[in-house]
Amino acid sequence: MEPQVIQEHIVEIVSDSGEGAQKCGQTFGNIGAKLGNGVWTVEIIPAEIQPPARTPSGASGIRIRLGSTKVTNVGNEGDLVVAFNEQVLYSRIANGAFKEGTIVLLDNRWASDPSTEIQKMYADAVVEFRQHGLVVHELSIHEACLKVVKDPRKGKNMFVLGMLCRIYNRDQDMGRNEIALTFKGKAEKIISSNQELFDAGYKFAADELSEYFFDIPPQEKSDDRPMVVTNGNTAIGLGVMASGMELVSMYPITPATSASHYLADVFPACGGFVHQAEDEIAAIAFAIGSSYAGKTACTITSGPGMALKTESIGLAVMAEIPLVIVNVQRGGPSTGLPTKIEQGDLLSTLYGEPGDAPKIILAAATIPECFSLVVLARQLAESFRTPVVVLTDANLATGVQPWDRPDLNRDMLAPPLDQSEWDKSVPAYDWDDKTGLSQRPIPGMPNGEYVLTGLSHTKFSKVSYEAEDNQKSTAHRSRKLATLQSTLTPPKIHGESSGDLLVIGWGSTIGAIEEAVDDLRKKGEKISTIHLRFLSPLEPGLGEIFSNFKKVMTIEVNYSDDPDAPMITPENRRYAQLASILRIQTLVDVDCWSVVYGHPLQPAIIEEVLQQRLTKVKSDNSAEEE
Amino acid sequence: MFGIKADWSLDIQERYFTIDDYEGNEARWCDGCGDHAVLATAHRILRDAQLPPEKSVFISGIGCSSRMPHYMATYGLHGTHGRALPLACGVKSRRPELDVWVATGDGDCFSIGAGHWIHAVRYNMDMTILIFDNQIYGLTKKQTSPTSPIDLKTNTHPEGSFLDALNPLTVTLGITNASFVAQVIDWNPPLLYETLKAAHEHKGTSFVRIIQRCPVFVDGITKELQNDSSKLLLLKHHDGIPVAAGLERLFPESREHDPSDMTTALDIARDETTKGIIPVGLLYKNEDIPCYSDLSALGHDITDEDKIAATNKALDAFAI
Ligand SMILES: Cc1ncc(C[n+]2csc(CCOP(=O)(O)OP(=O)(O)O)c2C)c(N)n1
Ligand SMILES: [Mg+2]
Repeated sequence: MEPQVIQEHIVEIVSDSGEGAQKCGQTFGNIGAKLGNGVWTVEIIPAEIQPPARTPSGASGIRIRLGSTKVTNVGNEGDLVVAFNEQVLYSRIANGAFKEGTIVLLDNRWASDPSTEIQKMYADAVVEFRQHGLVVHELSIHEACLKVVKDPRKGKNMFVLGMLCRIYNRDQDMGRNEIALTFKGKAEKIISSNQELFDAGYKFAADELSEYFFDIPPQEKSDDRPMVVTNGNTAIGLGVMASGMELVSMYPITPATSASHYLADVFPACGGFVHQAEDEIAAIAFAIGSSYAGKTACTITSGPGMALKTESIGLAVMAEIPLVIVNVQRGGPSTGLPTKIEQGDLLSTLYGEPGDAPKIILAAATIPECFSLVVLARQLAESFRTPVVVLTDANLATGVQPWDRPDLNRDMLAPPLDQSEWDKSVPAYDWDDKTGLSQRPIPGMPNGEYVLTGLSHTKFSKVSYEAEDNQKSTAHRSRKLATLQSTLTPPKIHGESSGDLLVIGWGSTIGAIEEAVDDLRKKGEKISTIHLRFLSPLEPGLGEIFSNFKKVMTIEVNYSDDPDAPMITPENRRYAQLASILRIQTLVDVDCWSVVYGHPLQPAIIEEVLQQRLTKVKSDNSAEEE
Repeated sequence: MFGIKADWSLDIQERYFTIDDYEGNEARWCDGCGDHAVLATAHRILRDAQLPPEKSVFISGIGCSSRMPHYMATYGLHGTHGRALPLACGVKSRRPELDVWVATGDGDCFSIGAGHWIHAVRYNMDMTILIFDNQIYGLTKKQTSPTSPIDLKTNTHPEGSFLDALNPLTVTLGITNASFVAQVIDWNPPLLYETLKAAHEHKGTSFVRIIQRCPVFVDGITKELQNDSSKLLLLKHHDGIPVAAGLERLFPESREHDPSDMTTALDIARDETTKGIIPVGLLYKNEDIPCYSDLSALGHDITDEDKIAATNKALDAFAI
């Protein structure tokens, strides 16, 4: 029988925590990527390490979107889901993960559970799911695994991988090889037992689910550039290595830590070192010490850690120390939503320090940008003698995607440590009056001796509380941002350069926003979008771009007041974070739509919001014309 | 200027340094402040060691004492309150050849920076930590510090402080990897010199608590010790701080103490302090403890080619 050719599918694997659904999904995603599919994966993470089994809140797993074209976001409702128990599906249904017709492959072991209570829960759920329109197949997955291994809790995931590979017509040998790679370094017995489970799953799907046999052809590639497939945190680690930085100083915090885990493994081969400090304050202070000594360092963290680093970021700004700070954002404030997605740290990054603390802020929109922005950040930090913050988020951190393998070169690397003699007549902060830029002496340079201080200082780095000195040095530090902006180009407009509505985004929402906008454009709407990577300074030309649209709005994953909510008036409405900055900077009445659900934005939801705004813009407009 | 000169180190061999070469801005501490004595001693140690000024870095937090880097003509890093130690560890981490000193106050080190104190001692990087312990917050004008004696009247405890003083010696000796722990008074220049010199020569983190005069806010505390030297207990040993015979006579109370004996060091630190006696000299020294900087600096001289090759190898693992 020939498989049915489809353009894309969204697959989910959901289980209790610890059952290996994520490993199964990642391996399945890797196989897709290697076959040339567009791929995007997102982990479904419970907030606790060991949530109770068989509970909706314990749902742990992964979503994989596979396509014949480039895939840039998680997509909308799933097409097929494998569930290890029925309870975990409830939370996915509540999250709007499925639609009528979604295929559910459910392990039926609970139907014959010794507990009659569990039997009933299971039976009730199946009825309920069918009422929701889900196409439920009750399958004896557990029982089939028992024929291969004693404890299917360990290994069921590879059985499911086998099922999925058969359903999506993936080569069986390729799957077996991928398992060998996934378990690289483990005992031969472990690899072969997992391959056996995989084969059993493959056969099981062929026998029991022959009606589901799909093929998602590979993307047509315009060139044959080599590609790599990684998540965003690994890309950050690779960026650190490619940038020539030698030190990452960190304190563990979700969802940032895996970047440091990765580096701890591979960094020493580049001569680098991961320092696990006693807290985030020590982590950044340690990095500042290294940067001051001429080895520009990086510290990687998330929101609560960023809050602790604030005072030291102020020191780096004041004393003009190059430094790379990566903030893999999560939900805040306080401990917030540790594993969830939010773009909530833009304003605190921009304004968190006391006084005026201008710094460069970049935001990665895609996984390859997690790599390239770290490389750029090191270069900017040194050229502009300033800390540079790279914002990413939990969506990029764990999302897996194929991307063009970067061409490494020497220009990406930090220059060698300069120990030549400093010209004694040149002050430690030889500020150029026009640009604010200056070069810095590095310990070890004869005649360059100076005392770096976080106190207000003169160009000789002498402490000074004089009015003019403070005014002048503060102006010079600020001027550097204007200088950087003068070198930037306006953002590219996705769509026409004029129309009814311009949507502005930043960070990991690019794929979902562009997909929604493209859909609306196909329907004839006059809508375009721009996506910002530079948030401080902002990319130039925004006012000009905005002026060609009837309405401008941002889509963000952070909090803003709903204008129709109780008590909210135009005077007290709190706007989303980028919208706030754009309003200040452009004096345009930039609107926004943002939510803090904690999950990645789905294109369909964005499209619905934009459609409503477009309708409103057009009706406001025709009212005006009347 | 920006470009690598191959022979810069050769020049240095021929240079001869005088005290002037280490003196920075004029010190702005109060008259009679013990910090002046520590500063002068540091100048002398660097001069006697003939260390090129560009090779030393003085790192501090915030406080009166943390102004010290400004009064040196070496490199300096005057950081934020409490963070001198992680800043210093960072400097040393990838530049192990730099000569690193830390100047920190009792509030800076034992209060806001207490977490870093424990961990820096445990890292045992090669650096010299000078704790200027005046038992008071000087810069912010007379608030209680962790080492203020109980009942001391301060601006935050006008009826007298509530708690017994923290004992920095027992704490430091109790930290895994403590490798050099000494205590000294600022008003005995030869002893201060010998103590800081031994600390500077030790490979590893040298922790020196300097009992420091603050005539403006807590004159009484050190006056008492100056007037009655029987409150001081000199620790003597051939492996300890060298003490000339003339100097020894100034200390009516002294005892032999082998600095390799941790048990006795802890006993002295606890029991004498409880009796109100200040032990001076070397409590503990162990040269066999590994330095974290030997690990953290690994690969700091790797070539660009090797870096690129290693990164490419890392990318290979994800190639499709
Ligand atoms: C984060 C922060 N908190 C508080 C202060 C205010 N402050 C500056 S120095 C200091 C205490 C200094 O006491 P100590 O460390 O004993 O140094 P001394 O002045 O006695 O030499 C305080 C509380 C500050 N600068 N930063
Ligand atoms: Mg003090």
